[in-house]
Amino acid sequence: MPQDVQLDNNGRLRHFISLQELPRELIEELLTAAESFIDFATRDIKKVPLLRGKTVVNLFFEPSTRTRTTFEIAAKRLSADVINLQSDAMSTTKGETILDTVKTLQAMHTDTFVVRHNLSGAADLIARHVPSHVHIINAGDGRYSHPTQALLDMLTIRQHKPSFENLTVALVGDILHSRVARSEIIALNKLNTGEVRIISPRTLIPTGVEELGVKIFTDMNKGLKDVDIVVMLRLQLERMEGQLIPSRREFFQCYGLTEERLKQAKPDALVMHPGPINRGLEISSSVADGKQSVILSQVSNGIAVRMAVMAKIMGGTGKKPHSAA
Amino acid sequence: MAQSIKPMMEFSPLLVAIQSGGLWIGEYLHEALQFDEPLGALDISFYRDDFSQIGMNPEVRASYLPIGVDERHVILIDDVLHTGRTVRAALNELFAWGRPSSVILAVLLDRGNRELPLSADIVGHTMSLNNDQFLKISPSGKLTYSDLFNE
Repeated sequence: MPQDVQLDNNGRLRHFISLQELPRELIEELLTAAESFIDFATRDIKKVPLLRGKTVVNLFFEPSTRTRTTFEIAAKRLSADVINLQSDAMSTTKGETILDTVKTLQAMHTDTFVVRHNLSGAADLIARHVPSHVHIINAGDGRYSHPTQALLDMLTIRQHKPSFENLTVALVGDILHSRVARSEIIALNKLNTGEVRIISPRTLIPTGVEELGVKIFTDMNKGLKDVDIVVMLRLQLERMEGQLIPSRREFFQCYGLTEERLKQAKPDALVMHPGPINRGLEISSSVADGKQSVILSQVSNGIAVRMAVMAKIMGGTGKKPHSAA
Repeated sequence: MAQSIKPMMEFSPLLVAIQSGGLWIGEYLHEALQFDEPLGALDISFYRDDFSQIGMNPEVRASYLPIGVDERHVILIDDVLHTGRTVRAALNELFAWGRPSSVILAVLLDRGNRELPLSADIVGHTMSLNNDQFLKISPSGKLTYSDLFNE
């Protein structure tokens, strides 16, 4: 990829596209900021005035429930105005290019675009074509990256396990089509996680994934042995071309997370899933709703993380005020 | 400061410190005057008026108000009172938590040069410094200040 667009000349975060190029300190700073936003959900007044007067556009070219909703809630809790656009209601269906759509919305003096697109690199492309006062947040692009999901998962882990250095984390299932898995592996390694494993059938492992710093397991029981965190991934049937799994039932038999299988992991292991869940396909209901599951905390943490990212990229022009205290 | 706050104890006030400078003073007063309820701590990062210029404080911490502020007399504690902008932000944050009966401000040091119509009710010391001079008080009571141009 050409030069990173995310940071300006002073190292300040201007766009949030991928965790790959970001320094560890910045990732930890975002997690700390997100922690301070968590308790807003329980207050009577859930808003802070940080982004008053700013406009955030949710530009979703792919379906989404939790990501779009949590971005919307996050922006509203920061007092920004939010516009939601879904692909079926956009002029791209009439042949307009994505860059023209963005330029049109930008002419309405909008400040930030939250972009989800089925093409890898879409958010990066837009970030390279907007003026410096406009910010782009990647809400998932193709198979490439879903950085806010990875960040919210790191926040969820950090809430339960204070140090990443001693942790063994297993990502299970459809790694091939998963932008979450890619972002997650990058984030875990940036935070110096003890060991990152992937557990998946050969057909769903992308070539060259070892280079990202993971151990590969094709046997679920061996892979789950003594892990601290199990991240289940959704089987992305809609992206599958050709026969990659024998049958749904057989996939669940080999790679589905059941209570019995979970016993291989440490007794205090956490079970995570970015959603949406396919019950009975990659995870059994009793595990998804069980006491080791933190799946719903992940959703709540998604709001805090997205608040932190928006506050970080939209605050600070670099111009020093004449006085502070 | 403790002597000035003492007569107010009959109203069971709530002690709330502004993070991070006011925290050690709050802890000291909390201990010295034996407040029954925990000390509150406000982080004003999300209410600062210079957010659009300087961005988010990288060391932001969550505010901690263990007791509701509704109908309570609140004593707000900070180390240094200067422009008044921090106090303005703290008041906004406080009112996001509820509607106190009253709020008074107690600071260890008032260094003058206010930019907003605010003043402290209880002041430990006063000092006259220029805007280009920095001041830092450490919990040991040590006072250090430096000229902007000598930095």
